Amino acid sequence: MKEFLAFVRKEFYHILRDRRTMLILLGIPVVLIILFGFALSTEVRNVDMAILSAEPDNTVRQIAQRLDANEYFTVKEFLDSPSDIDRVMRSGEVDAVLVFEPGFSDKLFTPEGPQLQIVADASNATMAQSYMAYISAVVGQYFEEQMPEGQATGIVPNVVMLYNPQMKSSYNFVPGIMGLILMLICAMMTSIAIVREKETGTMEVLLVSPMKPIYIILSKMTPYFVLSCVNLVTILLLAIFVLRVPVHGSMAALISISLLYIFTSLALGLLISTVSDRQVIAMMVSALMLMVPTMLLSGMLFPIESLPPILKVLSNILPATWYISAARKLMIAGLPAVSALKETLVLAGMAVFLLTVSMKKFKNRLE
Amino acid sequence: MTDIVIHTKDLTKQFGTFTAVDHISFDVQRGEIFGFLGANGAGKTTAMRMLCGLSIPTSGEGWVAGFDIATQQEDIKKHIGYMSQKFSLYEDLKVWENIRLYAGIYGMKTDEIERKTRLLLDKLHFTKECNALVKSLPLGWKQKLAFSVSIFHEPQIVFLDEPTGGVDPETRRQFWEMIYEAADRGITVFVTTHYMDEAEYCNRVSIMVDGRIDALDTPSRLKQQFNAHSMDQVFRRLARKAERSE
Repeated sequence: MKEFLAFVRKEFYHILRDRRTMLILLGIPVVLIILFGFALSTEVRNVDMAILSAEPDNTVRQIAQRLDANEYFTVKEFLDSPSDIDRVMRSGEVDAVLVFEPGFSDKLFTPEGPQLQIVADASNATMAQSYMAYISAVVGQYFEEQMPEGQATGIVPNVVMLYNPQMKSSYNFVPGIMGLILMLICAMMTSIAIVREKETGTMEVLLVSPMKPIYIILSKMTPYFVLSCVNLVTILLLAIFVLRVPVHGSMAALISISLLYIFTSLALGLLISTVSDRQVIAMMVSALMLMVPTMLLSGMLFPIESLPPILKVLSNILPATWYISAARKLMIAGLPAVSALKETLVLAGMAVFLLTVSMKKFKNRLE
Repeated sequence: MTDIVIHTKDLTKQFGTFTAVDHISFDVQRGEIFGFLGANGAGKTTAMRMLCGLSIPTSGEGWVAGFDIATQQEDIKKHIGYMSQKFSLYEDLKVWENIRLYAGIYGMKTDEIERKTRLLLDKLHFTKECNALVKSLPLGWKQKLAFSVSIFHEPQIVFLDEPTGGVDPETRRQFWEMIYEAADRGITVFVTTHYMDEAEYCNRVSIMVDGRIDALDTPSRLKQQFNAHSMDQVFRRLARKAERSE
């Protein structure tokens, strides 16, 4: 135990003395989460609209007001002829036009209901889709409030956005980016930890010493684990107070699974470290081989369901996939901790597997 | 009890069909300075790794500090010190932190570490540099410090793998004074070197050629045997027979 503590202390010195690296390690999560949270958003914002109605009566005005009052939409103008649509869209004055058919209000109480059309600029398909859905939601809500109880409105499809009613993309990004950042930082930090000693020659001395390999591996992990906990706190604080992602589920469960994920990532980094001979290689492997698959296959950017079968298999062996899934359940869906049981078990299994392999590889080095 | 601290008999290591170490047998006495010479690729490093418990012999036997090198590596590791040709201290740790780390790894007690650290720094005239980072020290100082650290826990045997590479002659002389001092205290010194003048400083020298020990005796008798004026000539005569190249 004393040997272990002496070694852990030394590892802390290594990190604390290397100020620049430490600042990078603590700074990267802040930069990344702000970048991804704000810049990489597919969120609907500042949508300029026009309303086309032959007779802008009370109903039409009220809907227009509703939209205008909403922080995401600005009603720029009222049009009276369908030929104007093309003009305002082409000139870029507005991004969407809400079209009321002639006699809209009169048809409100007919069995078939009136027609309502949304014309959107679909040159950015993702954006168009999200503000269409959102306009529908606003209009639908209006009619739901106006109509007497039990009367079918039949006007706008009743779209309900579960969990993320405003379709905020940061909701979706945050668990993903947490998975990516923690994986990158943890794996990269530890991947150089053992290789560095091989390069400087101190590893030989350690191998000749009575220090047990498991102690060397665990004591290498300890300081990075502490550092990663600091990162986890930073990320969670930024997510909650800056990106305003609520944590609906149990905070304790979220933190527990995050710590498990950190441990798994550290073990992965150590494995990379024990098998590679040069720091540069270890860095490349952890940066390229982990970052790209994690971004593309973990469900962070693209849904796993839409991946081809072979990539789905790959996706399943990434620790990030499981963590992100669990974090989404706990943060955004607000499901009980039990729902993340499968993810927890998979991550724990991966950690044990990675550590065992590192140990084995480490021993083989002695030969 | 015998005073033999290293004993090998027909010690052999094979990697596939390649025999790196070929039936070597020798004994080393307590307090002896044993020079382990050989050209690059002659099998020195492999033999030394087996003696340090890093590598298991293919056949033959070996005993280090009374422990079997094939089965009791962990016990051996507690009783030996090691210093490699590469610099073996941590550059970004302070002088005293390095000492404390290695002493801690070998399980020494805190008050003993403190007492011995003060003595050591005093002896090396390092007291002022105690808080300096190791990377700021000149190479010769580092090597002296590394050697002191490798025998800090009073091992029975210390293995030095080309300890004086790249060090100036004056520091090398001081380094050898430290080796003699350690040997006087009863620490057996097992040293590999490329400097033939250093081979003259050893009590006995073995010369490995192609995995075998071709000569083993005191420097003066080896010179007599090979009719040479210096160990350098002895080494050249033997090395010429080598079939293996690097």
